[in-house]
Amino acid sequence: MSTREYMLGNVAIARGIVEGGGQVISGYPGTPSSEIIGTLAGMKERDFYVEWSVNEKVALEVAAGAAMAGVRSVVTMKHVGLNVAADPLLTLAYTGVKGSMIIIVADDPSCHSSQNEQDTRRYSQFSLIPCLDPSTPQEAKDMIPYAFAFSNKVQMPVIFRPTTRISHGKSDIELGPVEETRPTAEFVKELERWVMVPKNARIQHPHLLEIQKTMQEELENSPWNSLELVDSAKVGVIASGIASVYAKEAVMQQGINASFLKIGTYPVPENKIRTLMENTDKIIIFEEMEPIVEEQVRIIAQQTGSTVEIVGKMPGPVPRIYELNTDICADVLAEVLELERPDVPAEVAEDFDYDRCRIDLPMRPPVMCPGCSHRASFHVMKKVYGKDAIFPSDIGCYTLGIQSGTVDTTLCMGGSITVASGMYQAGEKKPICCSIGDSTFFHTGMNGLLNAIYNKADITVTIVDNRITAMTGHQPNPGMGKLATGEPTIEVSLEELCKGMGAGFVETVDPYDLEKAEEVFKRAKEYKGTSVVITRQFCVIDAKRSGIRRKPFSIDAEKCVGCKLCVNLGCPAIEFDTTTKKASINAMCTGCGVCAALCKFDAITEVKK
Amino acid sequence: MSAEGISKFDLVIAGVGGQGTILASDIIGKAAVKENMSVRAAETHGMAQRGGSVVNHIRLDCELGSMIPMKGADVLLALEPSEALRYLEFLSDDGIIIVNTDPILPVTVTSGLCTYPDVDAIIAKLEESHKVKAFNATELAKEAGHPQSMNVVMVGAVSNYLPVSVDTLVECVRELVPQKTIAINVKAFEMGRYVTQG
Ligand SMILES: Cc1ncc(C[n+]2csc(CCOP(=O)(O)OP(=O)(O)O)c2C)c(N)n1
Ligand code: SF4
Ligand code: SF4
Repeated sequence: MSTREYMLGNVAIARGIVEGGGQVISGYPGTPSSEIIGTLAGMKERDFYVEWSVNEKVALEVAAGAAMAGVRSVVTMKHVGLNVAADPLLTLAYTGVKGSMIIIVADDPSCHSSQNEQDTRRYSQFSLIPCLDPSTPQEAKDMIPYAFAFSNKVQMPVIFRPTTRISHGKSDIELGPVEETRPTAEFVKELERWVMVPKNARIQHPHLLEIQKTMQEELENSPWNSLELVDSAKVGVIASGIASVYAKEAVMQQGINASFLKIGTYPVPENKIRTLMENTDKIIIFEEMEPIVEEQVRIIAQQTGSTVEIVGKMPGPVPRIYELNTDICADVLAEVLELERPDVPAEVAEDFDYDRCRIDLPMRPPVMCPGCSHRASFHVMKKVYGKDAIFPSDIGCYTLGIQSGTVDTTLCMGGSITVASGMYQAGEKKPICCSIGDSTFFHTGMNGLLNAIYNKADITVTIVDNRITAMTGHQPNPGMGKLATGEPTIEVSLEELCKGMGAGFVETVDPYDLEKAEEVFKRAKEYKGTSVVITRQFCVIDAKRSGIRRKPFSIDAEKCVGCKLCVNLGCPAIEFDTTTKKASINAMCTGCGVCAALCKFDAITEVKK
Repeated sequence: MSAEGISKFDLVIAGVGGQGTILASDIIGKAAVKENMSVRAAETHGMAQRGGSVVNHIRLDCELGSMIPMKGADVLLALEPSEALRYLEFLSDDGIIIVNTDPILPVTVTSGLCTYPDVDAIIAKLEESHKVKAFNATELAKEAGHPQSMNVVMVGAVSNYLPVSVDTLVECVRELVPQKTIAINVKAFEMGRYVTQG
């Protein structure tokens, strides 16, 4: 059997967890990290425990507990998830671990699917927890068993930080052997280590600082850093993580004679940096986002009194924002080394100069699916509260409804109910109706609702409950009665949860039933205090997968007067012909029936077959 | 053009979320790995998959990064006409465009906010600078048995240019499409292959 397989970066990382003998794996979904747990939970045979936790703080603590008990654990999340988990992270650095623990945090430079592009390596610096930064999917897989062993050796958790191009890249992967040993869980009581009261914290902090040097030396000589010194070269290139393959290609493309230092660990390999400095006059540094390697290089230069010229982004020609690529690296090299570059357009595809084509391309933003229940919820909210009302929202598929006028704020997960409360407490007199998804409500929305109720915020909270975590690829959540592995579990009731927190108005309605939904929202609006409306209807993608089929609708052209009432709903299945001034429904219709209920001329009816 | 020593063949696949660009690049990537090449691919997952514009890069016999430089691709395979234009800058000056002429209107157009350019004008524009193979792959897919096999028609169409054998590609089509649709997809592949032959 071949040991080389073509796979997605995240599948390779999951394979790395299997090869390394991972035992407890927890996480919360978030692009581009979600397929790691998705892959592990979907395996038919498993000798490890895997869960979707309710949020990243919870997930990190579950993995920490497992590693305190002596086993190998992993927690996965997207970059912003680490903000949620930052509290345990910073103190976990003091306690360290007994088994092994890998904190996988997937970064998203260029914000392909994120609200910001923060750099997780800063958390590594901040927490003093070491970090591995893969440059290819193969290296990503190989780093995992290494990270388990390293973590155990230094008794510290390790951050592992793939980026979108690693996680969602595909590559041929050379598989490795699977670790056979499994440490057994046995928690040993050690108060000085596990109980971070001030007395113990004051001992652990200097210890954490002390082991930095040991960790740095160990990582320096790991396979993830490599220095190619070219005797005749006066120029040195330093590149970290994914930027190292871009920089390498640019160097090869232009036939530049340069020494090359590839960095894959933090703390950075100081000796290799020093050696490069001693052998070159000029060093050009490529890294995506923050100048973390560059800061270290500048510190080393200052400490050693080196006069080498350092080119990067502090300031310099290497961008501090968005992803890098081969073209950007080639441009920088050409500029700094005064080379001729063939005529290559500098701007990336996104800034493509459409004018030059002399054809205007229509924008194609992602949108909610045809028949998505969120669209119906938003329609009713807007109708009842009025377009002048304030609609704080949250993060999920519903954020794609940004054009509908019912997404006025999106800050972070769970930031809808709280922002709404703050506006109300500030004295805002307009009606406030916020929206939040079911998974997001379980994540960090619950605390916000508790706070709103307790502090008497007179707002309406709409829980758009599509019974799944849709945006990140349809993962289960506590409301569904299903575990990550598909095994049945208790189905947590949103209604009981809200009532338990003291909500005096909790009503559930099917948003496809516009009339009933309107009536419920009207009462919620009148209610004095925090009202909760749960609009419950399956995500259409998930419904289709579980076999729910609805008959599509069509528009009778004779009856259509071109009023655009249905078009304004924004369903991608409804088209408007500007010449005939009539609407029609295309093959994408999923049969939700919402447009039919809107039409005042009875022009929209179910297709009878 | 894919550069000597860096990559043997650079392909950009453009389309719309939901059209199956990932399966198309999977068939090609897996086939190349079977023929002992290293493959690097970059895919659009996540948010843009909800009907947004998507682009995959795939580099055969390459051990570096997955992102194809500007003007680096040997072929631009576009599953939708306007998306061919959107990613044209990735194609090398002597590269070839294979494009499905069946448009998918974005919501910005269906709701009357923007207009969709005339498909013939798009093709004419592409032909000004490059060699173009344009045909209605969706129609062919319907003929093969299901409109969803359009992505496999397109893989068939590009197969004449890939440094991978047809047998391996067909083998991967069989392995990667749902069991029940193998016959349809193999037919779709052959129909696509026929269109760009000669
Ligand atoms: C802290 C944090 N973790 C994870 C994510 C990724 N993320 C974006 S939306 C979402 C879940 C959305 O689920 P839900 O609220 O049920 O809405 P739906 O997409 O189903 O409409 C997640 C996990 C994030 N943006 N921030
Ligand atoms: S995936 Fe589900 S929740 Fe997301 S837009 Fe589509 S129907 Fe709506
Ligand atoms: S019934 Fe109307 S609103 Fe619902 S999916 Fe079909 S066209 Fe869209």
